[in-house]
Amino acid sequence: MKQFWKSMLRSPSGVIGLIILLFAIAVAVFGPMLFPNSPWRMVQRPFLPPFTLSTVPLGTDALGRDVFAGMIFGARVSLLVGLISTLVALIVGVPIGAMAGYFGGNVDDALMRFTEFFQTIPSFALAIVLVAILQPSIYSIVASIAVVSWPPVARLVRGEVLSLRTREYVQAAVVTGQSNTWIILREILPNALSPVIVLASLMVATAILLESSLSFLGLGDPNLISWGYMVGAGRTVIRQAWWITVFPGVAILISVLGLNLIGEGLNDALNPRLSREGR
Amino acid sequence: MLSFVAQRVLKGVIVLLAIVVLNFFLIRLAPGDPAVVMAGEAGASDQVFVKQLREKFGLDKPLPEQLFIYVKGVATLDLGFSFRQQAPVSKLILERLPATLLLTLTAFAISLALGILFGTFAARFAGTWLDTAVTIFALIFYAMPIFWVALMGILLFSVTFDWLPSFGYDTVGGNYTGFAHVIDVAKHLIMPAMTLGLFFMATYTRMTRASMLEVKRLDFVKTARAKGLSDAVIQRRHVLRNALLPVVTLAGVHSGTLIGGAVITETVFAWPGIGRLMYDALLQRDYNLLLGVFVICSAMVLIFNLITDLVYRLVDPRIEFAS
Repeated sequence: MKQFWKSMLRSPSGVIGLIILLFAIAVAVFGPMLFPNSPWRMVQRPFLPPFTLSTVPLGTDALGRDVFAGMIFGARVSLLVGLISTLVALIVGVPIGAMAGYFGGNVDDALMRFTEFFQTIPSFALAIVLVAILQPSIYSIVASIAVVSWPPVARLVRGEVLSLRTREYVQAAVVTGQSNTWIILREILPNALSPVIVLASLMVATAILLESSLSFLGLGDPNLISWGYMVGAGRTVIRQAWWITVFPGVAILISVLGLNLIGEGLNDALNPRLSREGR
Repeated sequence: MLSFVAQRVLKGVIVLLAIVVLNFFLIRLAPGDPAVVMAGEAGASDQVFVKQLREKFGLDKPLPEQLFIYVKGVATLDLGFSFRQQAPVSKLILERLPATLLLTLTAFAISLALGILFGTFAARFAGTWLDTAVTIFALIFYAMPIFWVALMGILLFSVTFDWLPSFGYDTVGGNYTGFAHVIDVAKHLIMPAMTLGLFFMATYTRMTRASMLEVKRLDFVKTARAKGLSDAVIQRRHVLRNALLPVVTLAGVHSGTLIGGAVITETVFAWPGIGRLMYDALLQRDYNLLLGVFVICSAMVLIFNLITDLVYRLVDPRIEFAS
């Protein structure tokens, strides 16, 4: 563990990514306490340009709502949706991949055809259709993002399990009569974890992008303000008020960038062999 | 080779069939009794009309039979009727398909060409500040949401500099003909295609760079160098050719994302393609149309995957007979 942090902190991208993520988490957790302005409330005249009033530093939107407050409250939604949908995707993808890799044969064939099927469907189009049919809410958004993002997890885990299954220590566990579940959970999966962690960090980034795109199209949770919704709402007035679309977009860009950098840092730290090959 | 193609086509058809079945159940999941919804959309919701609709679309029959009717319909390109637009779904989609193909293929060509160019460049100067600069740019473009890039493009090139039109396929009331029309469409195409292409360009840049650096260390490159070939020839004929293989695979994997990006890009730029059609269907909760577009998108992805598979076989003869 100490070794891991050491190598993680040695990679510049990992450090920058970690700083960005910690900052974003701090904003999401403490921001709403420090800025109790509700992002839905009208606080000033509409279309107030940024940097004119210190109480509304980033100006107001077409309804006089505080853009800065929206960005702070939006951080919660983005990070929460990103993390939870990735978690759900892992809960679906890891068992499928592990079973396919461990049992092989027909089980593997069936599960992999199933996975490939989901991988062929255009993911964003499927997400749109699912949210539209289930009606937009935070639950339907998380569910549809999870539905479109689990296949890579299953494939990755399958590959890892496939190669780990033939190792001697696993064979030893089989010989000593351990149950399949025990072997998968205690012997194989812990050793397949590092590439999954790298993939998961990149998946959170993709999930944030997906959520913002859905909200941008008007498929966000109507009760929660999110960055994508703000950009979508500012879109029609972009000629008069650039700040409504620019600032929330920067927030998305920075968070996604941070997560991608963490993914790279993790990759360097957890798979040192792989990353050296890449150079 | 021929049997390989046949096998792939068969597999594609099976997957498409599965998607159509999935689609059928998604329609049933949509809120409201379809017949009542249809009647409401048509503007008349008396009982007789609802009953007529139910009979016409076979909604009074058992589920398996309904499924069979639906699959048969899709096989003959009958994707249902859009009451909102008062036209068959397949007709609406076919009208819009050329614009989407123009947009996605242009974006694809731009992203692949620029991605390979920048990736090769970064690999050539690996470790220098040029490499770092290209890598940072690629990372940033990779993290930008497409809709935001589109809006920033409009803000910069339409609002501030007034160089490019911000929406549409051609100038309304322009009445250009012949070559002037081509130029007009091209002007409208630049921004949407660049917007859609930039994200993928970033991916291809990173992939090409990593792949080039990996191939560079292989033995046959050392041999080529030992033979006294010039650096340019080695880079172009030996390294790049082999390094492009994973990039081709990636292009196939990304075709679905490309279609998804087209939905966003067409929405922002009011580009009259099927992505925009999907957005309209979404706004009006026109489920027949929405799911029709979804099926066609899936079919396009399948075709694109098939093509990349074939291209892959062509550029890498080693695996032609392996399958």
